[in-house]
Amino acid sequence: MGSSHLRPWTAMAIRARLGFVILLSLFFSATLSTALYEDQVGLADWHHKYIGKVKHAVFHTQKTGRKRVVVSTEENVVASLDLRTGFIFWRNVLGKNDHIDQVDIALGKYVVTLSSGGSILRAWNLPDGQMIWESTLPVSTLSKSSLYVLANMNVGKDNLILVFGGSSIHALSSMDGQIVWRKELSIDSLEIQQIFQPHDSDIINAVGFVGSSEFVVYQISYRTGEVMQQSKASFESGFCGEASLVFDNLVVALDASKSSLVSISFKNEVINFHQINLSDLVPDFSGKVTLLPLKFNGMLAIEIASSILLLRVKGANELEFVEKISHPFAFSDALPLSKEQQAFAILQHDESKIHFKVKSDNDLRNEILKETIQMDSQRGNIEKVFINNYIRTDRTHGFRFLVVMEDHSLLLIQQGEIVWSREDGLASIVDSTTSELPVEKEGVSVAEVEHNLFEWLKGHLLKLKGTLMLASPDEVAAIQAIRLKSSEKNKMTRDHNGFRKLIIVLTRAGKVLALHTGDGRVVWSVLLPALRRSETCGNPFALRVYQWQVPHHHAMHENPSVLVVGRCGHGFDAPGIFSIVDSYTGKVQNSLILEHSVSHIMPLPLTDSTEQRLHLIIDAKLQAHLYPKNSDSLKHFFNEMPNIYWYSVEVEKNKIKGYSLESKAELDTAEEYVFQAKELWSIIFPSESEKIAVTATRKMNEIVHTQAKVVADQDVMYKYVSKNILFVATVAPKAAGEIGSATPEEALLYAYLIDTVSGRILHRVCHQGAQGPVHAVVSENWVVYHYFNLRAHRYEMSVIEIYDQSRADNKDVWKLVLGKHNLTAPVSLYSRPDVMVKSQSYFFTHSVKSMAVTATAKGITSKQLLIGTIGDQVLALDKRFLDPRRSVNPTQSEKEEGIIPLTDSLPIVPQSYITHSLQVEGLRSMVTIPAKLESTTLVFSYGVDLFFTRIAPSRTYDSLTEDFSYALLLITIVVLVAAIFVTWALSEKKELKEKWR
Amino acid sequence: MEKGKGLARRWAVEFAENSYSSSPVDVPDPMGFSRSSSDPDDASASRQKKEAEAAWKAQKAWEVAQAPVKNLLMMGFMMWMAGSTVHLFSIGITFSALWQPISALQGVGKVFEPYKDPRVDTLAPKLLFIALNLAGLVLGIWKLNTLGLLPTHASDWVSSLPPASEVEYAGGGLPVH
Repeated sequence: MGSSHLRPWTAMAIRARLGFVILLSLFFSATLSTALYEDQVGLADWHHKYIGKVKHAVFHTQKTGRKRVVVSTEENVVASLDLRTGFIFWRNVLGKNDHIDQVDIALGKYVVTLSSGGSILRAWNLPDGQMIWESTLPVSTLSKSSLYVLANMNVGKDNLILVFGGSSIHALSSMDGQIVWRKELSIDSLEIQQIFQPHDSDIINAVGFVGSSEFVVYQISYRTGEVMQQSKASFESGFCGEASLVFDNLVVALDASKSSLVSISFKNEVINFHQINLSDLVPDFSGKVTLLPLKFNGMLAIEIASSILLLRVKGANELEFVEKISHPFAFSDALPLSKEQQAFAILQHDESKIHFKVKSDNDLRNEILKETIQMDSQRGNIEKVFINNYIRTDRTHGFRFLVVMEDHSLLLIQQGEIVWSREDGLASIVDSTTSELPVEKEGVSVAEVEHNLFEWLKGHLLKLKGTLMLASPDEVAAIQAIRLKSSEKNKMTRDHNGFRKLIIVLTRAGKVLALHTGDGRVVWSVLLPALRRSETCGNPFALRVYQWQVPHHHAMHENPSVLVVGRCGHGFDAPGIFSIVDSYTGKVQNSLILEHSVSHIMPLPLTDSTEQRLHLIIDAKLQAHLYPKNSDSLKHFFNEMPNIYWYSVEVEKNKIKGYSLESKAELDTAEEYVFQAKELWSIIFPSESEKIAVTATRKMNEIVHTQAKVVADQDVMYKYVSKNILFVATVAPKAAGEIGSATPEEALLYAYLIDTVSGRILHRVCHQGAQGPVHAVVSENWVVYHYFNLRAHRYEMSVIEIYDQSRADNKDVWKLVLGKHNLTAPVSLYSRPDVMVKSQSYFFTHSVKSMAVTATAKGITSKQLLIGTIGDQVLALDKRFLDPRRSVNPTQSEKEEGIIPLTDSLPIVPQSYITHSLQVEGLRSMVTIPAKLESTTLVFSYGVDLFFTRIAPSRTYDSLTEDFSYALLLITIVVLVAAIFVTWALSEKKELKEKWR
Repeated sequence: MEKGKGLARRWAVEFAENSYSSSPVDVPDPMGFSRSSSDPDDASASRQKKEAEAAWKAQKAWEVAQAPVKNLLMMGFMMWMAGSTVHLFSIGITFSALWQPISALQGVGKVFEPYKDPRVDTLAPKLLFIALNLAGLVLGIWKLNTLGLLPTHASDWVSSLPPASEVEYAGGGLPVH
């Protein structure tokens, strides 16, 4: 009886224990990722916050007391900055397409932003940036719209905010964002230019153009939106649409030919036009005039033949010349100093100097303030200036200038000095690469070593105290400070583990910056002269940055360098720009404007004898240009030319084309480096059912350790490891839009694996009811892609693994032992290897912004997927979760192999966010860089913010952790040795005693 | 000192002239002198004794030769207990199972030293001993193999083969913008 009672219990107990063990092991394997303790934050990672290029700035009024400035930027950020230090008090990043049109302060406590082409108005709390209200305006046409906050009109403690654009005016309550009234001025093609409020009246004036020749003035009741008065007049030669409000009853506009000014005065329904003769002011005037936006009463700024004229408007047809300014320059808006006095600033560049002038309308001839400061030439010209005043102790006005430079940096200048500067160009990184630091030089002075040794010991003793819980709170703080400020990680030399590197980034402003991986500081920066606006290149922009020269063996004495590629103008046929920059110093070694355009850039797996990497630039005419242009590189290239192919993905034509290269028929010496493309293959997707959504390839520098994958029971599968594999996802054109725009029946997603040499489609799979946005990452022999499943209403991730079936027979042990196999012989893709594919799909909770995969030095360490989530965090997901061999009930041997039982969705372990509690606002991309230490990958993710950390997908199995107490180890060893000696002596003594007995 | 005192005279020989007068019975035989140099009864007894000893030695030798059987069984049991997964216990057992036969084989001569006798044939037990220990060794190796520690699979030889290099190279992709 007893035994029969007992048996089930023991069996259950055993089962429970087994289950527990399995669970435990699963738990450990699942949390293998990079969980971090609180005190480890900041040891290996850094996070820098940026805001981007400032578009608008609003200073707090004197009343609010705190010295802050509210800015909105081109990266759709609205932020409040500390005027004393430039630090961010708060910051809100709007969506990618939610561009901010204007920003203002309402009621003295709300920051109001107008965004999305004048359709969304939001109010943020001034002290802390919390959103107070949001209201969506029904704007029919997306036209230029503006915001006007009425300052001194109180309607029961409430101020109205006017939003106008196109033909409609909205008035919203600044308390709650409710639309108080809305006026649709029912005239076609009305373009309201300005809204203003004449002094202390209940009437708002709105002026605008109808079509190209009519000028309209509306007088609208402030409280109801009723049109009180309306006057219209047409001007026979027409307007071009530019206008500037000079006085409350005078507008100066440009006529249709853009060659003369027209002053429009209006008073009580009477509109008068006056053509202004510019030749009186400018004797030899010809050509076109541009009206510059200068919001200053009674003043006008025009640009004639690249010089700027400041004009004072005295009457309807009387202009007075004030000053002539030459490029480059910047104006500020008007700043009211008192009720009747206004001031504005003119900034002018003179080589490396900037002259600041502040003028007030009392005396336009002279300046209130005149200052000159020296400016770093790497910041370029001034782009924008915002002016703010303060009252000095002697009751005069002092001015501070918020300056936006050409490299998008933001500076505050006061009393002729730069108070602070922000490198906000880093918010718009275009591309990045890495460079090793120089090798440490020998002959370090002894004193330094001793000092370091002492410091080292002291530090370790403190750490030991910490581990033994003997440290006081002060000491704990000191330990943390030592850990964070470890000078080791910020050195400017190469380290043994390869953690210290330079990240070289290219920003949209055309500036190249080198960031140190230790703390993210800018080591050097250079505003590339080739990427600046010039006579020859009107609208340059930066494209990519590549490693140009990485000295290894042959050119050790030379510094490594990077290649920056840009383009002059936005068309694909615009000429390209080449710049080679020294990676250690930031010196521009070479810079040229190419004679051809740049449509593809191909770094080749070849280097010349000075270890410059060969690059092929393919222009819009399908000609390939070889760089560097020297005979040595040509020789290397010719050896490999028959094996070099390229392909082009043409999204608009729904085509992928493959080409080979051939020398030009006529051997002209100048065209020695130019090659012709010969079309080999093309894949045309049926445009009625498929549209290319995304393509992905393997990283060129990815290293794969082995071609074999050992599966359960010592079986072998051979991976299909090819660098020339292209993943293409196509979606049904109907389902190419937003999620929800198509029914599941209409939506289809095809995934292709294409061999880019021969154009062979290795695999094709169809996902019914799936649609984009698709994100994909290719590594080794697998592809992981993320899409939306309309049937399940969830995001899904799929994995495809490719195996080489033609190698599967290589299983004879003796042949392998004796090396009689051809597994490592070079393969040609024309041998048409037989591939086998395994795939699986899983649900995934998040939508994804970008995906990447870890990379290690030798490719031995297991991989993790890095997923940029919609919340701007980076999640590390073990590749083992995306293993197509997962099954619901894995066999014992599969379990031993580490296969996780299949679940329908991928787990998101909160500890595996490598960004821990931080957010990389506006996350765009993640870059993985292998460290020298095999277990470790460096991860650099950028968006508006920058975040850098290092992760070890299988933990740091090849090194001791930072927390390892060397002092404890040392002390243990010393104690043990001492104990050995003591016990030895004791035993000797005892033995002697024994003998004497 | 006490011992020295206790040493009493046990015997004495007097070489006097009248030695012949004394009866031969009275005079004991000198040391090492045997009146009857060959006693047939005595000889047969000692032979018997020696044979018995030889038989005992042979038996013992066989016993020693068979001893590894017990060891083998015990090892087998231990191995079964250890299971086929690689962990500290199973590895320890396997290595002791390998080490024991090897060390036993090294000391084959010593093991059979006490039973060395011209009349005893130790060759057969030695061979048995060696055979059994070899069986133990085989068992150990078999265990090693079941643990997957012997490179007998293709996977053990290809797991670090680098991927084959490719002849062709293709670049390109989407036009840069």
